[in-house]
Amino acid sequence: MSSEICARFRVDRSDFSLDVDLTLPGHGISALFGHSGSGKTTCLRAMAGLERAPGGFFALGDEVWQDDSRFVPTHQRALGMVFQEASLFPHLSVRSNMEFGQKRASTASKRFALPEVADLLGIGHLVERMPAQLSGGERQRVAIARALLAAPQILLMDEPLAALDLKRKLEILPYLERLHRELAIPIIYVSHAPDEVARLADHLVLLDAGRAVASGPLNEVLSRIDLPAAFADDAGVVIEAAIAEHEADELTRLEFPGGRIFVSRRHEAIGTRLRCRIHARDVSLALTPQVDSSILNCVDATVVDLAPTDTPGHVLVRLQLADEPLLARITKRSADKLAIRPGLALRAQIKAVALLA
Amino acid sequence: MESTDLAAVWLTLKLATVVTALLMLIGTPIAWWLARTRSRLKGMVGAVVALPLVLPPTVLGFYLLITMGPNGPVGQLTQALGLGLLPFTFPGLVIASVFYSLPFVVQPIQNAFEAIGERPLEVAATLRASPWDTFWSVAVPLAKPGFLSGAILGFAHTVGEFGIVLMIGGNIPDKTRVVSVQIYDHVEALEYTQAHWLSGGMVLFSFLVLLALYTFNPARQKAL
Repeated sequence: MSSEICARFRVDRSDFSLDVDLTLPGHGISALFGHSGSGKTTCLRAMAGLERAPGGFFALGDEVWQDDSRFVPTHQRALGMVFQEASLFPHLSVRSNMEFGQKRASTASKRFALPEVADLLGIGHLVERMPAQLSGGERQRVAIARALLAAPQILLMDEPLAALDLKRKLEILPYLERLHRELAIPIIYVSHAPDEVARLADHLVLLDAGRAVASGPLNEVLSRIDLPAAFADDAGVVIEAAIAEHEADELTRLEFPGGRIFVSRRHEAIGTRLRCRIHARDVSLALTPQVDSSILNCVDATVVDLAPTDTPGHVLVRLQLADEPLLARITKRSADKLAIRPGLALRAQIKAVALLA
Repeated sequence: MESTDLAAVWLTLKLATVVTALLMLIGTPIAWWLARTRSRLKGMVGAVVALPLVLPPTVLGFYLLITMGPNGPVGQLTQALGLGLLPFTFPGLVIASVFYSLPFVVQPIQNAFEAIGERPLEVAATLRASPWDTFWSVAVPLAKPGFLSGAILGFAHTVGEFGIVLMIGGNIPDKTRVVSVQIYDHVEALEYTQAHWLSGGMVLFSFLVLLALYTFNPARQKAL
């Protein structure tokens, strides 16, 4: 199950071209991130066999779905796909929708039972309804359940939250995190929302104008400062930290290798792991420990390198904590004044932490 | 009502039923192909199917008469097969009616297939349904209103045809004399009472058919 996914596609159209050669991990969530028109959806559709990319190659471990001599049609590929709109069959009940793929999947590969999946996605009470009676968020959860019941070896998700409002998004995200934790199959997740990617992805592919400009573990890609500013103002890293203690003054202490972060009191139990997003714009640097500062969250860091950004007068500094990278965006003037250079040990002050849960 | 009138009504219903059944069989694949194809032939085939909408029935009947006649290719074939000639027989009338009513069946079904769009078919493919399976389990159920409209229109249009019946069927009692021809005969013979009975019946029938179409299938109102 943990074998790699290889995808090589070339699509040439008058208004658009895609040329990617990707190797993705066979587990966890790999995000294809890029602006609209970057080719991420075309790439996903090519993986599903919905888009013909002659001369392409796609393999899931040992199983080759496309190469020079064969093209396995979509309906013979053990995949699950979730589209931007839920696309439930309007003439079938929620139960029949969910059973549609389950009935057709080969019996040998059945992994999930309907009640189990309904429970995983919190839709057990909806199965006897018709799709028209569901909210947008409920429909999308049914669509995910329907895809899972078809016993996929890979789950492809094409901006599954993009058509939903913020409230519905927040309703579904916990279920996606649950899939992430509880499913053994790899998920390819297409998105143009940095928040979703930061919250869900383990592996990140940045697509720009049909080319993969970066592909690697989430933080490795997020902390690269040489990339075209895909995340622009959103540049930053994601640190996974565990809740260590709920302190008396309404703060919760999170710990990760190489540091600790204090945040407003959380309701989760001690030991729960949370993803924290730290934007480069929220990190400032100091050469000596600040004792007279109001900023609580400070970590020891070493400068790796620095590069100019799109923001005039600013530079992006890549830092290394014990295990994690960190980005700081400071003014060029400050960088010169502090003589920031690779190898310099200093203190990074974190002004804000966005908890992704 | 005279027995000849009843025979004409019965023959008309039989003709319309057989023709509608055949049209569903022939029209569905044509509608599916027209709705899905990217072939350059699409415009051509669509235009040919739609021809009976604009041609006078006499023109269509004339050419069918020639084709199926003793010197026409179809006529020679049916003779060689020992089936005799088709004009002025019930099967000949059925064939002519199928051509004449084809667009009334194909177009609503084609519109319904087009309205489904690509997505549900793609979703079905990602859920392991083969194209054949998808056609029956997704496309046909979703296009049901189109099938209903097509069947009703095809039936009603066949009941209402006149010109092509005269050209191909003539006026043979129990074989080709349908209601519309019978009315013509009555009027020619100045039998206005009988003509009233049949004509009034046709008005009522047509009204009920269209009422059913508009009541049960409001979406068609825009398309018609």
